[in-house]
Amino acid sequence: MDFKNRDIISINDFSKEELLFVLKAAKQMEQKPKNNLLRGKILATLFFEPSTRTRLSFTSAMEQLGGQVIGFANADSSSSQKGESLWDTVKMTDQYADIIAIRHPLEGSARLAAEAASIPVINAGDGSNQHPTQTMLDLYTIQKTKGRLDNLHIGFVGDLKYGRTVHSLVMALSYFNPTFYFIAPDALQMPESYLDELYQKKIKYFKTSDLNRFSKEIDILYDTRIQKERFPDLLEYERFKDVYRIDNAFLKNVKKELKIMHPLPRVGEIDKSVDSTPHAAYFEQAANGIPVRKALLAIVLGKLK
Amino acid sequence: MKKSKMHKRKSKSEKIRPKKVDSSAPKQESKHELKISAIDEGTVIDHIPTDAAFKVVEILDLEHHNSVVSIATNLQSKSIGKKCIVKVAGKSLTQEEVSKIAIVAPDATVNIIKNFNVKEKIKVKLPDVVNNVVKCSNPMCITNNEQVSTMFYVLKKDPLKIKCHYCERSMGKEEIEIV
Repeated sequence: MDFKNRDIISINDFSKEELLFVLKAAKQMEQKPKNNLLRGKILATLFFEPSTRTRLSFTSAMEQLGGQVIGFANADSSSSQKGESLWDTVKMTDQYADIIAIRHPLEGSARLAAEAASIPVINAGDGSNQHPTQTMLDLYTIQKTKGRLDNLHIGFVGDLKYGRTVHSLVMALSYFNPTFYFIAPDALQMPESYLDELYQKKIKYFKTSDLNRFSKEIDILYDTRIQKERFPDLLEYERFKDVYRIDNAFLKNVKKELKIMHPLPRVGEIDKSVDSTPHAAYFEQAANGIPVRKALLAIVLGKLK
Repeated sequence: MKKSKMHKRKSKSEKIRPKKVDSSAPKQESKHELKISAIDEGTVIDHIPTDAAFKVVEILDLEHHNSVVSIATNLQSKSIGKKCIVKVAGKSLTQEEVSKIAIVAPDATVNIIKNFNVKEKIKVKLPDVVNNVVKCSNPMCITNNEQVSTMFYVLKKDPLKIKCHYCERSMGKEEIEIV
């Protein structure tokens, strides 16, 4: 499969075979690191809004492969502060680097950047729209911890209405005959448009606001933070903020092999005591950002096929 | 005084009209029932849903058109129930204008009139991709914040559902605003 010069903008642009190819390349990167694969190549990280994990893991991945990194970490240190358009910033960067990773608060910005650039562009998050490399590392984590992607029972808990990581992962997992459990208060349940799509694809799903209701069925529990600002009624927030706290008491009623994932940062939704249990997969998940991003950089720059 | 003069002029034009047959008029209407005057050169847009009549006027910028513009609304239509017809003298439509009309009036027909006859009849067709016609309803979309042409994919024609190429948000007919 040839990914040379391909832009990585939306998970919706990828077929099942293409996703499996990326995961295979990530496994290869993890098992046989190729330290000088991208020597002489430059990654430009254009981060118009703050990020910890994504920017650092892109930087680390590029440097581990022998490449160099240029760029900025927030909009204040870029020319956008002077009123430069995104189009112009990308056009200029096009001349300085071999590949771009962009994060921008506006939705669709990465797609526009890809149209402006002649070099490949990787979307590192465009507002609440897409964050495809996060979805790929989530898939990689599931595959690695469960040994497969097919026929899994996957629970999503927390803010399912606004969480882009949840939406993208649900769409990507739809290729693998899953059963979904959406655990959230009504105000933060999965949007109808996604449920309609699952219905059309004949994918089985359950909706509940009770974390314990399906706890014995679930193989992977994907937790997300409940954000206070999303609630129109603060009393409603107070009611739900601690309902979905995952702690040792909850773990008494789950499958032995259950893995808990979280895109991080967590605030209070997973108790620290869970970290030392075999259920915790969230730090491994964050670490998987490195092999997945190394694989993407290498295949898009045509150094891995 | 002015009023009676105007009335006189109108009746004169009605007397002349039957000699020139407007074949673009709906079939069930006889010459005596013609609700709006015929045009010798121009465009007749038929089968517009009644709620889209003024959107068509807006799309074609007819407020600033110098020749005759006639709008008839709440006419009976076998295919869409009630319909509207817009007749514009001295104007032919661009492909972009036809695409825009297809968004608000997917069943419309565009009749090109020459010498009071229908020279060509085109049924508007919703393209699979709509370029620079619709404004994205998402205020956080890059197209609403940077100078860039919009682009939408038509997901479903009835009821109309389109998806922004940039922010990937889907929009229904009720959210559609023409650029």
